[in-house]
Amino acid sequence: MISQLAEFFQDLGHFVTSRIDRLGLAARFAGLLLLALGVSIRRASLIVREVYFSGVRSLSIVAVSGLFVGMVLAVQGYEVLQRYGSAESLGVIVALSLVRELGPVVTALLFAGRASSAVTAEIGLMRATEQLAAMDMMAVDPLSRVVAPRFLAAIVSMPLLAAIFSTAGVIGAWIIGVQLIGIDDGAFWSQMQANVDVRIDVLNGLLKSIVFGTAVGLISVFEGYFAAPTAEGIASATTRTVVISSLSVLLLDLVLTVMMFRGLS
Amino acid sequence: MNRSKFDFAVGLFVAIGLLAMVFMALKVGNLAGFDSGSGYALEARFDNIGGLKVRAPVKSAGVVVGRVDSIGLDSETYEAVVRLRISSNYRFSKDTIASILTSGLLGEQYVGLESGGDPVYLAGGDRLGKTQSAMILEKLISQFLFSKAAETPAKSQ
Repeated sequence: MISQLAEFFQDLGHFVTSRIDRLGLAARFAGLLLLALGVSIRRASLIVREVYFSGVRSLSIVAVSGLFVGMVLAVQGYEVLQRYGSAESLGVIVALSLVRELGPVVTALLFAGRASSAVTAEIGLMRATEQLAAMDMMAVDPLSRVVAPRFLAAIVSMPLLAAIFSTAGVIGAWIIGVQLIGIDDGAFWSQMQANVDVRIDVLNGLLKSIVFGTAVGLISVFEGYFAAPTAEGIASATTRTVVISSLSVLLLDLVLTVMMFRGLS
Repeated sequence: MNRSKFDFAVGLFVAIGLLAMVFMALKVGNLAGFDSGSGYALEARFDNIGGLKVRAPVKSAGVVVGRVDSIGLDSETYEAVVRLRISSNYRFSKDTIASILTSGLLGEQYVGLESGGDPVYLAGGDRLGKTQSAMILEKLISQFLFSKAAETPAKSQ
């Protein structure tokens, strides 16, 4: 009985200390990565290649998801708004929820599933097949040659993808609201323009997506770089990337929203 | 490595992304319209501003001519000090009246400016002399009830 209890506390202690240990490792890794960025940024062709694999290949899923999310928002929003006789405010509701929240957050979640998991698996497999060690032997720094371009690609891609998501969503809401339901076209756009502020809403939304890009990019390269060099290790690292990225995006979103939008109205 | 293919696709991606940002700035938001940095400031003092909020529109004849910049309380006169930022395209005479109005029955509150006939125009930092406070529903009802109560004994006599 006593020994079982002792074992439980041992496990708990081990769990906590290993998490803190890993957090410290991640912080040290982020510092090293920051130093490697200087070298990496001068080799733009490597970043362009990673933007292609992370950003361009995610374009279709992001645009189509945005369109559907905008359409659903329009249908649900109209349902409530028409009860209060203000169906013309549909554009405002859809645009504000997309630009402030759904655009950056859903894009980051999609990006974590579509692109970051692939980055983790790629770097993890490079580690397992000792390609990273081989690079080190040839005096090529794997951090600036392999890791940094993938990290930068996430930061570059995320705001562009979020903007595309929001735009597709607004167009989707316009298709449902104006073309199918028959809300007045002029009122839809003019109410939207009167209530969406470029600095407060659009720029803060883009700032959010840059922060999300940094977080998701860092998590994906970290998990890949320190994946156990086995098939199992890479599998669990990929899973961890998606889980931790999604949770940190949602947590960061709460913190950023409170910082940006509290006390505005 | 086929580099030109990546370059083209990434270039197209960045172009579409930037286009989406421009769309959000111009079509969804309103960058071309009034932004809070430009224009000149005016100050108006009200006894009661009701539910007026920062960034509420300032309208003249229904046209948006500016925004509410800040709202404060003068701790000596206990008046609400509302700073307005007016677009530099519009000029108003010295005897302009500022009043707090409501758009629609349940709509948001805004500041209405009614220009007078004074040939001298307001400049940046000037104070609007005549103001009309927000209409408070509770006060209206109590005024109505009091006047009713004052009427009744007169009739019964």
